[in-house]
Amino acid sequence: MSTETIHKPRAAFHGTADSETVLECRDVSRTFLVGKGLFSEKKTLKAVQNVSLKVRRGEVVAVVGESGCGKTTLAKMLLGLLQPSSGNIFIEGNPITDVTIRQIARRVQPVFQDPYSSLNPRKTLESIISLPLKVHDIGDRESRQKRVEEILAMVELPKRLIHSYPSQLSGGQRQRVAIARALVMKPEILVCDEPTSALDVSVQAHILNLLQDLRDELNLTYVFISHNLAVVEHLADTVAVMYLGRLIEYGPKEDIFRNPKHPYTKALLDSFLTPDPTKDVPEIALGRGFPNPLDPPTGCAFHPRCASVMDMCSKVRPEQTEVDGIKLECHLYPQPSKAQAAE
Amino acid sequence: MTTKQKVIDVQNLTVEIDVPAGTLHAVSGIDFHVNQGETLCIVGESGCGKSITALALMNLLPKKAKLSADKLDLQGRNLLTISPGEFASLRGDRMSMIFQDPMTSLNPVYRVGDQLEEVYIHHGKGGRKEAAERAEFLLEKVGISAPKSRLIQYPHQLSGGLRQRIMIAMTLMCDPALIIADEPTTALDVTIQAQILNTLRNLQREFNTAMILITHDLGVVARVADNVAVMYAGKFVETGTAMEVFTQPTHPYTQGLIACIPTPGNSGHGRLGSIPGIVPSLIGDMDGCLFRNRCASVRAECEVGITPIKHLSEGRGYRCVMSVEECMKRAQVQILSEAS
Repeated sequence: MSTETIHKPRAAFHGTADSETVLECRDVSRTFLVGKGLFSEKKTLKAVQNVSLKVRRGEVVAVVGESGCGKTTLAKMLLGLLQPSSGNIFIEGNPITDVTIRQIARRVQPVFQDPYSSLNPRKTLESIISLPLKVHDIGDRESRQKRVEEILAMVELPKRLIHSYPSQLSGGQRQRVAIARALVMKPEILVCDEPTSALDVSVQAHILNLLQDLRDELNLTYVFISHNLAVVEHLADTVAVMYLGRLIEYGPKEDIFRNPKHPYTKALLDSFLTPDPTKDVPEIALGRGFPNPLDPPTGCAFHPRCASVMDMCSKVRPEQTEVDGIKLECHLYPQPSKAQAAE
Repeated sequence: MTTKQKVIDVQNLTVEIDVPAGTLHAVSGIDFHVNQGETLCIVGESGCGKSITALALMNLLPKKAKLSADKLDLQGRNLLTISPGEFASLRGDRMSMIFQDPMTSLNPVYRVGDQLEEVYIHHGKGGRKEAAERAEFLLEKVGISAPKSRLIQYPHQLSGGLRQRIMIAMTLMCDPALIIADEPTTALDVTIQAQILNTLRNLQREFNTAMILITHDLGVVARVADNVAVMYAGKFVETGTAMEVFTQPTHPYTQGLIACIPTPGNSGHGRLGSIPGIVPSLIGDMDGCLFRNRCASVRAECEVGITPIKHLSEGRGYRCVMSVEECMKRAQVQILSEAS
């Protein structure tokens, strides 16, 4: 293929929205049909519901929540690996439905959780890292190798490892390879799905420092999915808290960590164990069970576990409101119009 | 306060495993004891030998592994000389273990109730009826509502948090003197983790059980531990109470480990402290301080001999050639260089 075709997909992104927003979800939902048995009726699982997010260039947006809250489904949609059931995702103002997965892959690249299973054990680092270039038909053999060497230096891996196999590397080194593979396409956005949770703390620190350096160097944008709130607080600019598929609190990190508004966010922050020996294990007011996503509670999905539950919580689903720049879905913070009407 | 009874007393515990390349020194000479009602946290990174220590105490080591110790006493009973059969009767009765992943440690084809009752009946504590009563009582203790209905369920019908609660109940069936919990909350969500740790700690206090908690999570250690042992490459490099270890970390490894955790309230984009290099291979002959290749304060003395553990007070010690003052100064310099 000629160089012209290489640049063609980029031309498709001329962007209409403000250039600052690189990634936007507008009212995105995704449902799955789940069958329990051969003959039982299929049920709808609402994995992600009406999520709206805006990611600006150079920003780190962290998505937090418990297992099963829809974080990974959202990530897959951002990567173009799943289509939203409704709503749309825009990459630099272009709806994701209008572009091919190849075009998305040039802009958005993933880093997965487990560097043991996300790298092909039978390929050398060179072929793992250069595969995206081959798929997209960029450059010839020589220039690809050069690019791989560049990228290895960027992720601080020694050049001599270029012909080694993943099994010869430690966990931290593997995660560096995964980052290198994601960066080889020079994407603007990295979607990191729990990139450090399989690693030891000292290795985690290395990877987080690396991610931060790369961000400064390449002006990258991260969508960072994690359940580790210490990591989120360290890295993120904006935090999006998800519960049972819904975005329940979304705003600047400082505000959310200093003054969480939604009872779920409060509980989440309380249950996070900081290494402070003067404190005890917190008593969490959360009821025990994470609800069955196939049969979510009525009204606000969080009401059965909520410490400040009110009558209306089980009946009416809260609408999104904005309080001090934080988007919220909670009846404790009613919409101004309704509150005024009540007065 | 009266002197508390030592539930487990270990001296110079060593585990060596024969591998094709030579001898792997998984655990090399660790000493510790746990008193009644106290929690010892063994903290360290993957491969430092913390899980092998747990398995060694339970006599569940792989066949290739060789265990030796100067002392290994459970409630005054020497575990080094007893037969495998006698050991089997202690396991689950006097000491029991909670594993990391409750899905793989519960049998998927038996009902939860049967698995709980089996422990009780096997150790001859009573018949079916008493066992069922005990199981129900304990399920309620570990915070499971409607325990009767849970007893007839299978593990796959329960969530991860519930399964881990069942595991905790199972370890308590025979009212053991010692619980060994190996990463009990690693597979769980943060909200569930806090609840499980709460349950575990409250029950431990209530039953006055000794507990050894093995974890890599310093947050868990700080909140749960009475005493902490930091393990590196098969050795304890620092011991002390949680307060001592977290407020005055002395060994360079402990200092590095604590600097690696993102500190809460520290917004902005400061860099994290990190420990350069990787864990050394534990195969073959070992000489010198095993942390020397990763230590910024390395000196000639570190190269040869085994650095002994220096005791500062009862239970407090560290394994480094530097004096406490030097270690503390080192920490100060590190903090200053990070801040700049």
